[in-house]
Parts: sequence; C-alpha cells; structure tokens
Amino acid sequence: MYAQMVKSTGEGVKDLKEMSPEERAFQERIDRGEKIEPKEWMPEGYRKTLIRQIGQHAHSEIVGQLPEGNWITRAPTLERKAILLAKVQDEAGHGLYLYCAAETLGVSRDELLEKLHSGNMKYSSIFNYPTLTWADIGAIGWLVDGAAIMNQVPLQRTSYGPYSRAMIRICKEESFHQRQGYDIMMKMAKGTPEQKEMAQDALNRFWYPSLMMFGPSDKDSVHSAQSMAWKIKINTNDELRQKFVDQTVPQAEYLGLTIPDENLAWNEEKGGYDFSEPDWSEFYEVLKGNGPCNKERLGARVKAWEDGAWFREGLMAHAEKQSAAKLAAE
Amino acid sequence: MKKEWPLWEVFIRGQHGLNHRHVGSLHAPDAEMAIKNARDVYTRRNEGVSIWVVESKHITASSPSERGPLFEPSNDKVYRHPTFFDIPDEVGHM
Amino acid sequence: MEAAADQVDRTAYATWLMRMGDNTLILGHRLSEWCGHSPVLEEDIAMANTALDLIGQTQLWLGLAGEVEGAGRTADNLAYLRDASKFRNVLMVERPNGDFGQTLMRQFLFDAWHHAMLTELLTSTEERVREIAAKALKEVSYHLERSADLVIRLGDGSEESHARMQAALDDQWAYTGELSTPDEIDTATAAAGIAPDLAKVGTVWRQTVEEVLRAATLSVPDSTFAHQGGKSGRHTEHLGYILADMQFLQRAYPGAVW
Repeated sequence: MYAQMVKSTGEGVKDLKEMSPEERAFQERIDRGEKIEPKEWMPEGYRKTLIRQIGQHAHSEIVGQLPEGNWITRAPTLERKAILLAKVQDEAGHGLYLYCAAETLGVSRDELLEKLHSGNMKYSSIFNYPTLTWADIGAIGWLVDGAAIMNQVPLQRTSYGPYSRAMIRICKEESFHQRQGYDIMMKMAKGTPEQKEMAQDALNRFWYPSLMMFGPSDKDSVHSAQSMAWKIKINTNDELRQKFVDQTVPQAEYLGLTIPDENLAWNEEKGGYDFSEPDWSEFYEVLKGNGPCNKERLGARVKAWEDGAWFREGLMAHAEKQSAAKLAAE
Repeated sequence: MKKEWPLWEVFIRGQHGLNHRHVGSLHAPDAEMAIKNARDVYTRRNEGVSIWVVESKHITASSPSERGPLFEPSNDKVYRHPTFFDIPDEVGHM
Repeated sequence: MEAAADQVDRTAYATWLMRMGDNTLILGHRLSEWCGHSPVLEEDIAMANTALDLIGQTQLWLGLAGEVEGAGRTADNLAYLRDASKFRNVLMVERPNGDFGQTLMRQFLFDAWHHAMLTELLTSTEERVREIAAKALKEVSYHLERSADLVIRLGDGSEESHARMQAALDDQWAYTGELSTPDEIDTATAAAGIAPDLAKVGTVWRQTVEEVLRAATLSVPDSTFAHQGGKSGRHTEHLGYILADMQFLQRAYPGAVW
C-alpha cells in the first residue's frame, strides 16, 4: 500500500497479562474503539511504528505527484489539464495533512523529509514505474488510486486520532480521483484503435505493480499482527488484494480490456477471483532502489528541496526581521 | 541558517454560520502567510468564509490524565437535557 | 452585445481576445510545471491554485474568441491546433520558469498588469467581456496579493533572497514593456470601447510595481528597452517547445476524443 512493509516492534503481540498496567490500559482503550490523541501515554513502539507508517504514507503522496505530474503539460484538452492539475495538487495536500499528523508524534516535517531524501525512509513502490502514455494517467487513477482507497477507507477508523482525521479528509477529497482515472480509460477504450491499444498497454504495465502495492502476504508477519492489535492496520494485505481484484475485474470487462493474467478465474467456493501473484523479486528490487524510475523520483524530490532552500530561508528571515521590528516598537 | 517554518493550527468557519472548526495544520513563516496558506490548502473546495490561525505552540490543551475529573462529573447531570422531562402530548410542541 | 463589436473589425476583436486567452494559457502552463517541484508543500499547492484559475480563464477567453471569430473553433481547437506564429501572448509568459524567485517575479509583474487590465474591463462596452473580467478579477486580486507579498518578503528577506529577486527583476524587466505598448489591435478595440486605453493600464501598472518594489527594497531598472513581438505572433524559441509538449496528443492522434 502507500505504506508497505512498515516494521513495528518486531516482538509480536503481547498477551494482556504480560503487559504493564499502562500498556494494558492503553490496549483496552484501543479494544473499546477509543481514539488515542497526541500527548496521551502510548507505548514507544506504537509511536515509532506510526511515525514510520504515516511518514511513508506522506512521502508516497508527494513522490506520487511526479509520475502524474509528468503529463500535466501534455494533457490533451484544457479540461483534462485542469482536472489532472487539481488531482496532483490534491496529492500535495494529502502529503501535507499526513506530515502534520506525524508531527503530532514529536517528529518535524523537515526531519521526515531528510529521511526520505537520504533513503532512510521509503515511499510506495508503485511510483517508481514510468508513465509512458496518456492512458497511464487513466490507469493510475483507476488502479493505483483504486488500490489506495481500498486501504484508506478502513484506515479512517484507525486508533490514532490525528491519523484517522487526516484519512477522513483524504478519503473525502479522493473520491473523484479514481473516477477521473476510469473516465479517461472509458474514453480511450472506446476510442480509436490506437487509443484502445494504449489503454490495454497501460493495464498490462500497471496491473502487477498495483497488486504489489498491498505488499507481500502478511498472514504470518509479527509486524502486521502488532499493527492490527493497535488498529493502525485494519486488514491483512491479502484481504485487501483480493478485494481489489474482485472489484477491478468487472470494471476491466466493462472497458473491454483484458487483465494480463491467464490464471484469472472466478472461484465460486471462495466467492472471489483466483489470480496470479506478482513477481515478488521485482518488488524487492524496486524497494532496494532498482525500479525503473527510483533515481529520477528521489532525485526530483531532493532537487526541489535543495533548490528551494534559499526561498524557505528568505521568507523566514523576513518574518524574523518583522517580528524583531515589532518587538522593538513595543 | 536553517530553521523550519513554525507549525500553525487552522480553524475555518464554513458557509452555514457555525463556529470556526479546527481543520488541520500547516507550516508558514508568520501569521499573515499562515492565513494565505490556509486559504490555498484548506479552502480548495469552497469550504470556508473565514479563517483563524494560531501558532501550534500557543495552544494550551487540557491534560489527558485529567480526563476523568474534567469530563465525567457532567455525565450524571441528566436534567440538563430536554429529554429528562416528560411533557404530555396534549401540551403540544415544546 | 453586438453593438460595439460591429464597430470594430471582428478579426481585431477576436485577436484581442486571443491575446487575453493566450496569456493566461501559456502562463498557466508554465506555472503547472512547478507542480511537485516547489520549494515547500504550501507553495506547491498555492501555485497550482493560480495555474488552475488561469486555465479556467483561458477557457472563457478563447471560447469567446472562437465565437467572435465565427469559424467554428472551440477554446480547445485554438489552444491545441494553432502553430506558434498564431499565438498572441506576450513574450514574458512563455519564457522558462527559472528559479522559484524568477517565476514569482514574473508572476508579480504580470499580475499587476492583469489586475489593472481586468479592472478597466469591468466597464467594457461588451457584456461578455465584462462578465469574464468580473469573474477573473476576483481570482487575479488574490494572485496579485500573494505574488506582491512574496516579492516584498523575498526582496526584504535574506541576503541571498534579495540578490535573487533583484536578478529576477533585472532579467524580466525588458519583457514588461510589451504588456502596455499599444498596437493597431489595441487602438481599434479601445476605440470601440471593448478594451481600455493601454497607456492608462500601463500607468496603474507602473504605480503598483514601484510601490511593491520599494517595499521589497529592490531597485527598478532604468532601462526602457522593451522586447516586442509576442502580440503579433513573433515569439521566442521557447514557445515552440511549449506547444510541442502541450499539443503532442492532439497532433499525433488527430480527431481522437480524450
């Protein structure tokens, strides 16, 4: 997902009996569905895991601006240009909300950005794939935002108040993103033969990377179990992936496009589709930095940050001068 | 010099005359820019008619550990709610 | 609505509308290039808001230009299917963004003109022009407030930001004259009352610019040289590259619906 393979304490979930009184009271509050708010007592592992998860999610939003931003100047009509710009701008906003949520846990946005820039924090693997045609913009909205929404909707109920509130705002704003992507795909799939070919090609390239977004199977992962006990992860990766496939297959059929998986078949017994696993070795390579666009994506973020240093500092210098002048006048 | 822009809390009054409501936070070098940034970040969908900003460090919050003494005493003051009183139907709307 | 338009050559009127729409189209395009690359998230979002306003204004101005021209061309046709020599924007808006300071300085210099122009257009003899101007003026008032504020803050900020803003101003200066230098199209549309006297717009522009630059502790360059040509279709080399990007899909797949 936007936050993939987030490490928690690594110790597995403690039984209520093994917990300190504070830990037990904390876990019981979560079990009752109460929200945890900033400055309230929380286990150090909860705080650290959340910083990693929210930070990674925020990084994914702002790195996620880049592959789509790639096509803003080439959007085919004025309306498409405005819609795409508004959408990519929303992603900047979502990054901003999430960084602010992370900041309530005692880390600054600049610190998080420095960790992104130095490679110490990750962003979602999906944004290391290139956008080669206009149909990719449709495919990203349809598949990538579709997969993201699948994860984000349950996260509105997450136990940490600021994170939950950020997710609520994000989900509200995102509701148009997936639709705009599908709308592009409809136009392309029903368009000229070249357009249809572009649409199919985009689906071929984005299908497996989209499935990878949910992360590898985590049914035996101690990290996932702890995160689920803390309600900062609501569903397992496999549950979400299955739900995504089940939702997407009929949408592809409507478009008249073929999902690039020979093993895709309806399984009556489980009430869902059987499908092929993505190539996980590719996933790990992308996480290690060997995806098609890792260098460009991170490079663009670092450049924006470094080139903008004088701007941020210049405005701070002005604000400090003004406040000094105001103090002197008092 | 390397100094992060301070964090601001943003409150917005919507179209319907309700109170200003906390909508989120952002960074800005000073209050005037915080207002402008709030306009650009938090009213993109026609959400507001008035913005307040306050630097986060100036917010004083109630202490979580005092939650009990602060809020539980009002639990049993049920007579403050209109449903506490039975008014016969014949009286009409009240 | 036809009264004033009848008094002026429709071609002149349509050309004047294209100037308005091409300015907003090309500047909006340039601003959109910053999306995802700005110095700080809050500015990234603010810059995109300005770009979105300008794209919206483009749809109105070029839409009306197409109607007045009467050849059945839509705003999209005009944006995506004209070659560079048919574009009527001023040179300033097509120049590359440079650093964030150069982009902001250009934005301020343009906003100050745009604001003065739209204010005058509120009393245009053409109702459609008045309507578009009224809508655009609200947006541009905010653009100007923001860009002027940032120019002042950065000019009177750190040593480096001051130096960069002065360099940006010196670099842009020779491209500002074109905004308020009237030619026969301006004269004809002004005579019909559709557009204002450009010299008057130029005077207001100059006042705003001097006031803001003074507050920004920046010096107005003394050079009066002004590059010209954009308004009549003689552009810099940069416009061709913008169009190669912008028009790629429409050119490569003629007639496709997106």
